[in-house]
Amino acid sequence: MPAGLNRALLTVAGAAVAVVLAIAICSVAIVVAGGSPFDALAAFFDFGNSARAESNSVATFLNRAVPLFIAGLAVAVGFRMNLFNIGVEGQYRIAAICAAFVGSTFTAPAPIQIGIIILVAAAVGGLYALIPAVMKVTRGVNEVISTIMLNYIAIALSAYLLREPFAGERAEGQLNTTTPPLPESGMFPDLNFVFEWFGMLPPTRNGGLWGFLLVAVALGVVIWVVLERTRFGFTIKASGLNSPAALASGVNPKKMIIAAMVLSGAIAGLIGLPEILGDRGAYTNNFTAGLGFLGIAVALLGRNKPVGIAFAALLFAFLDRAQGALQFADIPASVVTIIQGAIVLLVVVANEVTNRVALRIEERRAAQQLGRNTPVEVAA
Amino acid sequence: MLGKRFNRMALGSVAGVMLMAAAACGGGDGGGTTASQEPTGASSEAPKDALKVGLAFDVGGRGDKSFNDAAYTGLEKAKTDLGAEIKELSPSADGSNRGDLLRQLADAGYNPIIGVGFAYGEDIKKTAEEYPDIQFAVVDSASNAPNVTGLLFAEEQGSYLAGVAAATKSESGHVGFVGGVESDLIKKFEAGFVAGVKSVKADAKIDITYLTPDGDFSGFKAPDKGKVAAEKMYQDGADIVYHASGDSGLGVFQAAAAAKKKAIGVDSDQRQTVKESDLQSVIMTSMLKRVDVGVFEFVKAFQGGAKGGSNVTYDLKVDGVGLSTTGGEIDDIKDKLDAAKQDIVDGKITVPAKP
Repeated sequence: MPAGLNRALLTVAGAAVAVVLAIAICSVAIVVAGGSPFDALAAFFDFGNSARAESNSVATFLNRAVPLFIAGLAVAVGFRMNLFNIGVEGQYRIAAICAAFVGSTFTAPAPIQIGIIILVAAAVGGLYALIPAVMKVTRGVNEVISTIMLNYIAIALSAYLLREPFAGERAEGQLNTTTPPLPESGMFPDLNFVFEWFGMLPPTRNGGLWGFLLVAVALGVVIWVVLERTRFGFTIKASGLNSPAALASGVNPKKMIIAAMVLSGAIAGLIGLPEILGDRGAYTNNFTAGLGFLGIAVALLGRNKPVGIAFAALLFAFLDRAQGALQFADIPASVVTIIQGAIVLLVVVANEVTNRVALRIEERRAAQQLGRNTPVEVAA
Repeated sequence: MLGKRFNRMALGSVAGVMLMAAAACGGGDGGGTTASQEPTGASSEAPKDALKVGLAFDVGGRGDKSFNDAAYTGLEKAKTDLGAEIKELSPSADGSNRGDLLRQLADAGYNPIIGVGFAYGEDIKKTAEEYPDIQFAVVDSASNAPNVTGLLFAEEQGSYLAGVAAATKSESGHVGFVGGVESDLIKKFEAGFVAGVKSVKADAKIDITYLTPDGDFSGFKAPDKGKVAAEKMYQDGADIVYHASGDSGLGVFQAAAAAKKKAIGVDSDQRQTVKESDLQSVIMTSMLKRVDVGVFEFVKAFQGGAKGGSNVTYDLKVDGVGLSTTGGEIDDIKDKLDAAKQDIVDGKITVPAKP
């Protein structure tokens, strides 16, 4: 068996075992809480009992996966070179409100309008990530600390922007604060026609299946190409694996830190756009928060690779979707959070175990090819 | 050696995975069919007495001993008094699935459906347009569709009375206000409280703290933050702190108990809803916001054939807001409070809704 395939199989098996163990742990929690684990499992697969409910559930599931996937990508770009960008949370919120506001100030044909909104979001996210990057290369400030602090600033700043300078008209008797609405041309077309291909009703949930899904897929492909097939991606990986060696072979570490942080922040800037362009048409105080932190878990689970992150985002979205269904089955929805936490922990453990096992197998294979029958014992 | 052992282990676990998956599918099918039989039977021209009331909570959900639990009390009353079948759902911590909860209730045949909290304003409008045959109600937000009833409360009037009580009872002339989230809704509480305090003691010192900025709803379920904020106020000399922070109020009560000072609860009669007896005794009174009455009356009106498209306001006049008297700590200033209440009802005092 080729070593690469062996390794991939091991990884998948490790992840599967982790998921099953997480479900087992959660089953215990459910039993303790007085519920039935089988009802809970059924709830995860219960997408509703009418064609309309099913379509809405599928759309909800996929719509949730899109921002999680983008968040995972943003975190992974930093992780690839050992940069812990915990600031994705702040970067995407500040980017989302700026993009929503800029998008509401003018009207242009849809491709231009949406293009500018996306560019503004990426630019704001990238610039906000530039701050910790510059602090790190000029003063050696640890990016974990600085990005966490910048998160607080971003959250408070976006709350202020929403109330004062960027506030839009509010309907009589409504207490939600919002930026001015985007023009019609700023709304990303939906993908509801896909449901008809499968003989399903188009979802009625507002916004249906968000068209931004396509942007996310394209982004995933581009990031994969950049990380795996370009010199830039190689230097990122090299700096992450062994920065002194990378330095010795002519990589400028400061330049790489700035490039990786800004790229990570620019991707982070897009996290809020599916929701704004697909559904709300504005940044409101109901804007989904916390995706940046979930992105860290998704990236860990996906092992910092775009395909893995896609699966991780789908898994998290699948679990999140069941929040309502679980409550219909009289099971507390916090079960979802327990499963998600347990999966992330167990996958990290499983990764470590599979790494070691793969190493052993590889050593053994190499030893055999060298004509010796006994493997060389190597301390792990 | 190890490789072989691992392969065997992997094989075993893969088999285990498949077994579990099979079990899950079996369970899923079983659950799916039973679930699909029930509601279709009920929703296909249900008999008139089959009242199915759905309710979606705000962030914090069931068990906040305050706002959401008040709504649940009203729902339970609809169950016992009107024989309604009830279902209540809590949103995820980030509140991103509010609209989906409403849709799931609608798809499962619930009618009417109630969204608890102004954050539902936007989602309930969209859902109401998608399901024009179902009646909706939203607490704290105005009606914005023909099949939506807005249940509004004059929090500033009740908070004014809380301010009068605090200023009258305070010995130091220094009181505090802890708001959960710095939203326009909670600012109504602040505005009324401040006006009430000033009406008694114009030079009173009032500390005001919000736990989180607008858009970050975690301030309604952060007892740790509530505790820190209230501790600071008590240390600075305040002797009564009024909180409008949902679940975070528990922290305010803890700080009050530790400092041996008093606190004012919110939404529910918290001297009754809070379980810890050492915390009960620090709750001088609570500003009641009768969300339970609003919810129950809405369900009752729905049963009587009422349609949405308008607002119902619960103010001091209809006792939609007020002060609780459990514990009897404000009985001695009852005359003063009644006079203030009468002045507001008569329109002699107009309480500001904005600070």
